[in-house]
Amino acid sequence: MSRRAETLLWVAQRASAAVLGVCVLVHLATIIYAVQGGLTGAEILARTRGNAAWAAFYTVFVCAVAVHAPIGLRSVLAEWLGWRGRSRDFALIAFAVMLAGMGMRAVSGVIG
Amino acid sequence: MSRALAHLHRLSGIALTLFLPAHFYVLSRSFELDAFLAWTEQPLVKFAEWGLVLLLALHLAGGLRVLALEFLPWRDWHKALAAAAAGFAFAVGLAFALAL
Amino acid sequence: MSTLQVRVWRGDAKGGDFQSFDVPRRESQTVLDVVTFIQRTLDPTLAYRYACRVGMCGSCAMTVNGAPRWTCRTHVDKVAKDGKLSIAPLRNMPVIRDLAADMREFFDKWARAKGRFRGATTRKDDFAHVSPQSDARRLAEAGIECIGCGVCYAACDVVAASPDYLGPAALNRAWTLVNDVRDTDHARRLRAVAGDAGCLACHTHVSCTERCPKAIAPTAGIAGLKRAVSRAALKGEW
Repeated sequence: MSRRAETLLWVAQRASAAVLGVCVLVHLATIIYAVQGGLTGAEILARTRGNAAWAAFYTVFVCAVAVHAPIGLRSVLAEWLGWRGRSRDFALIAFAVMLAGMGMRAVSGVIG
Repeated sequence: MSRALAHLHRLSGIALTLFLPAHFYVLSRSFELDAFLAWTEQPLVKFAEWGLVLLLALHLAGGLRVLALEFLPWRDWHKALAAAAAGFAFAVGLAFALAL
Repeated sequence: MSTLQVRVWRGDAKGGDFQSFDVPRRESQTVLDVVTFIQRTLDPTLAYRYACRVGMCGSCAMTVNGAPRWTCRTHVDKVAKDGKLSIAPLRNMPVIRDLAADMREFFDKWARAKGRFRGATTRKDDFAHVSPQSDARRLAEAGIECIGCGVCYAACDVVAASPDYLGPAALNRAWTLVNDVRDTDHARRLRAVAGDAGCLACHTHVSCTERCPKAIAPTAGIAGLKRAVSRAALKGEW
């Protein structure tokens, strides 16, 4: 991978981190709020079903995670497993696609 | 302390990445959500949930620390950032535990 | 008079092990005093490095009880818990023999990071006018006192995990030059410090800053390089 590409990966990592900073704070607050009263499936889904705002929020969340997690894993694979080069990067692209796909299915499961 | 927090940041990131596919899978089957939530009532599962919340808070706090160190002007209290990050994570963990 | 139980690493690039010595404890003793005592009176075959012995040259850097330090500036009282000391060569560098580490790669990385000045003027031109109060000059001066002792490099976990990583000292030097308004090699230097083996590999463990005997903060300089490099990449400057 060219140095420019590697640098742009780093930029994508930090940008997605900033987005996730907001998403995770909202997510944590939502979790704690939902848990306070005890959650039933119906209770959660009643609030998310057909809701455009939650749909948008979770779509952004999923996309940011699909960028952030594989790039984060990239350093770990290099430093702890000594796995560098093309095969690692292709594996991570596949993982990113899988995360995005599963994530969007989760969003449609929750939004309907 | 910065080094220890950095290690926790990495470990929590790995754990969360491994957890995510399972999380997405469960949510995609939302019509079975009540059955799944009944399963989560078990104390061991509740404890695991608390652990996940803690890991998420840790990773968020550690990440904010990295962003601060990389993008804000350098300050001599960088060590305090590590302590603040750990503190935030435990506060969130406590809040979740109390909400349960 | 009490005795120190000292374990000293002996060996070479192929491997080695710790050897134990009993060293008489003295007032205001430094770890360098201990090593010197061993070599002069107990075992003349011990190989180690020092020069100034007053904390100016950085030659005596070794791993003391697991942490890289200048041995001439480390009082035994500060580090010898229960009268025990463990002394080994600096981490992340190949060993030549015993406590003497091979610093060639350390300095090669300095060159790879383009940690050298390139100017465009001659002796016939006027002096460069650089205000000491300017932001760039202040940033350069914050890192300019580095004497290449290798302590930060030895402390760095990323160097340990990624042998290609340029390391804090080389990157700190590159940063001082990035902030040198007289230098003309900016674009090539940014390219040199970009990428997986460059500044982007730093995970801000901050070990380098915590251990630097000259109170330099390579983490700060590396953060600055990250910003400069990412800006240049986004603009397509290389």
